Amino acid sequence: MVYIYQFVLSFFASAGFGVLFNAPRNALVSCGTTGAFGWIVFHLFREGGTDLVLASFLGALTLSAIAILNSRRKKMPIILFITCGIIPLVPGGLAYDAMRHVVLNEYMTALEYGFEAALISLAIAMGIISTEMADQVLQTIRKKLKREEV
Amino acid sequence: MGVRFSPGVSIEVGRVSGELEVIEAPDEVLSENFVRDVFYIAINCGKMLLESGAETYRIEDTMLRIASNYGIENAQVFVTPTVIIFSLNDYALTQTLRIEERSNNLEKVVVVNELSRRISDGLALKQAIRGMEKIHNTRFFPLWLLVLSGGVIGTMFLLLFEGVPRDLPAAFIGGAGGVFLMEGIQRYTRVQFFTEFFAALYIATISIVFVNLGYGLMLDTIIIASVMPLVPGVLITNAIREMIRGHLMAGIMKGAEAALTAIAIGAGVGLVFMLV
Repeated sequence: MVYIYQFVLSFFASAGFGVLFNAPRNALVSCGTTGAFGWIVFHLFREGGTDLVLASFLGALTLSAIAILNSRRKKMPIILFITCGIIPLVPGGLAYDAMRHVVLNEYMTALEYGFEAALISLAIAMGIISTEMADQVLQTIRKKLKREEV
Repeated sequence: MGVRFSPGVSIEVGRVSGELEVIEAPDEVLSENFVRDVFYIAINCGKMLLESGAETYRIEDTMLRIASNYGIENAQVFVTPTVIIFSLNDYALTQTLRIEERSNNLEKVVVVNELSRRISDGLALKQAIRGMEKIHNTRFFPLWLLVLSGGVIGTMFLLLFEGVPRDLPAAFIGGAGGVFLMEGIQRYTRVQFFTEFFAALYIATISIVFVNLGYGLMLDTIIIASVMPLVPGVLITNAIREMIRGHLMAGIMKGAEAALTAIAIGAGVGLVFMLV
């Protein structure tokens, strides 16, 4: 039940960003589900006590896999689904927190938040790129196999 | 190896390190108008993609693919978030294009991508030009829908960050107003720093007012949830992705942009905290 609740929340958050980024109307639902799946995986690992950075990585891995599936199905570029889908995971709040502490002269706290934000973004970027690379390798192998059959 | 000029013999340029660049005539000479048309399509597709917030490596890929689909080899392209340099080396054709304004317009990215996919399938040049000229006017969502979605984003993040239901109205009004201010100020000035600064100022003020009047409980959660529509999370992640892909310049520029946005928002909120 909690998961359905979280799913709905992150769905609307991602779809809302889809509207802000002027995504095509017929892709909004897919954008939402992409983000929601990423967040659910992240949430599951977080509840199990996984480290924040690792959980972000796993969430990004899932969401980019779903983004690739969606882009195949709808014949639209992957960036569309990824941009909307990473919204719930992305450390925007942390980046803001870091800057707010800088403005308030609390530099050590700011540094902590800043490093955390940087690490999480790195993890998310790694997650997305790993999936993309895996997909590329798979496609190449599939093409080669096809050529050998012919 | 000096400058060699022998039609028909093509040497891969720049693939093997240590090999010198060779200037040579193209395999088959295409008519000048044809080459110019291809150039026109490729550079405009790149421009539209960059203005709509696509990643630079994808833009370079698209432009090169368009050129090679029409039989033009040895094209070079360099894209950063502010400039496109594109040249068809075999035909001595180069242009530099400065990009002033960038925003997120995913619909345009999708449409341009579709065009480039059709070009890969062998679309005739004339049709490609006609298709490209149609792209310019993509639809936008109406302002009220943008503002509404800003509010929805605020409330959703409030609940995701384990806020209390009592803070929902504050987060909704904060998020919606923030987006409204961003869009509103953007029509008069193009300096992003100020639009974000004023939006953050508004959000902090409204949150403190709500909490002081007793309609809100957790000030920090309300503010973080309502600044979510403004915050540069996607930019930071994209910056790192560009860097990992080897586009160091684009990555650093986007990172700087993200840092600037975060400073603007932090300053807006911090100012209110200092005054109160």
